[in-house]
Amino acid sequence: MTRKTLWITGIATPVLIAALVLLAGSPSVRASDQAAASAAVKIDNFVFGPQTITVPVGTTVTWTNSDDIPHTSVSTDGVFKSKVLDTDEKFSYTFTKPGTYPYYCTIHPKMTGKVVVQ
Amino acid sequence: MPNKKQDFIDQQLQDLNNDGVDRRGFLKCMAWAGTGLVWTMSGGIPVSRAFAKGYGKDAGKGADFTFVQISDSHIGFNKPANPDVTATLQTAINKINAMPHTPDFIIHTGDLSQLSKPSEFDTLDQALKGASAKQIYFVPGEHDMLSDNGEQYLERYGKGTKGTGYYSFDHKGVHFVGLVNVANLKAGGMGSLGHEQLEWLESDLKGRSASTPIVLFAHIPLWTIYPEWGWGTDDSEQALSYVKKFGSVTVLNGHIHQIMQKVEGKVSFHTAMSTAFPQPAPGTAPSAGPMKVPADQLQRVLGITDVNYVVSGRSLAVVDSPLADSGTAASQNGGGLALGDPVRG
Repeated sequence: MTRKTLWITGIATPVLIAALVLLAGSPSVRASDQAAASAAVKIDNFVFGPQTITVPVGTTVTWTNSDDIPHTSVSTDGVFKSKVLDTDEKFSYTFTKPGTYPYYCTIHPKMTGKVVVQ
Repeated sequence: MPNKKQDFIDQQLQDLNNDGVDRRGFLKCMAWAGTGLVWTMSGGIPVSRAFAKGYGKDAGKGADFTFVQISDSHIGFNKPANPDVTATLQTAINKINAMPHTPDFIIHTGDLSQLSKPSEFDTLDQALKGASAKQIYFVPGEHDMLSDNGEQYLERYGKGTKGTGYYSFDHKGVHFVGLVNVANLKAGGMGSLGHEQLEWLESDLKGRSASTPIVLFAHIPLWTIYPEWGWGTDDSEQALSYVKKFGSVTVLNGHIHQIMQKVEGKVSFHTAMSTAFPQPAPGTAPSAGPMKVPADQLQRVLGITDVNYVVSGRSLAVVDSPLADSGTAASQNGGGLALGDPVRG
């Protein structure tokens, strides 16, 4: 009984804290930012589209491979690295710091792209 | 050249075009006899001649030995461009087994698999076990080193090789060098050999007599075919500087799934067809992705390459042979782009 309660508390505490933080609402996190918190890059015909994508801090970018050939999305600076994406497979990464993140397909290195986080 | 049998097969396959390729139709298609072109290289001047039906009985005549190049099997690929790549690999093997003389060995120039999966390598191994030639030399394609830095490839096919899987061997007076240009590729670049491999190549060739015929083979072309699609190797020029002194150099590549040929001085460059699916000619499509052709055309754009070496004449004859041919495809596949109009300089 005691162990079970402790376990629940262990899970519940961080969730509660997270909820409180959200409720308190830091001035920089507004509803509009929340809505823009995801962005998509489509891999089609050996091209990342859009080739440069500009997003606010906190955005999760999702790459989807629409080609018949596998691709990867790997940060040139080692920030993120997808597994091999076969047809229709996806990879997501959340950008928490502003900056410019160049990336490429390690299988077809002529394929390059850039995520600009503001 | 339509004939009754051809019409029947075409009809069989016509019905299948709507929803991909039916295996039965596919197997029928495989029964066709192949033809091809013979490329004879003598002193750097290529001569081609039509290669008669019945798999050219004269092709290997007078040759001291023959070997076969196959490429880009992409085992595991199952998209409409070819839903059964294992069957077309098998056809290629049947073609090798039907050669009048068993080739001394087979060279596979990479992209054995589609996704470097153990099951894909297993399927390939199983199929190749049925080949008449028992010795097979491999180099990896980018598809064979996808997620593990090529560890599995090296474990299976690269025992005793150096670095990322490069090596050399001698066969009946010819020096063969297998190079790896698909590892550690840099953003924005093409194929790459890398400093370490180049150093090794230089020392491997150093001290060999200039009269030794050299055959270099690697997955991505060692000459720049179309940089926009990455069809070339960034540091190939340095590699080729090491073979300048040799009187006969043949470079065999894959990767682009079509025949291309160029002669530069004493160096003959050649790319092989895939056993899996064709790719578009440079710049003729939005990308280098698999090219969908009508099912009855597929086997005419897939194939094998066999190379005859004649010691006395110091010449290599390169024969490209589609898996199936209607009698006119040979010129479509090889004649126009390749030696009919060699690119020089």
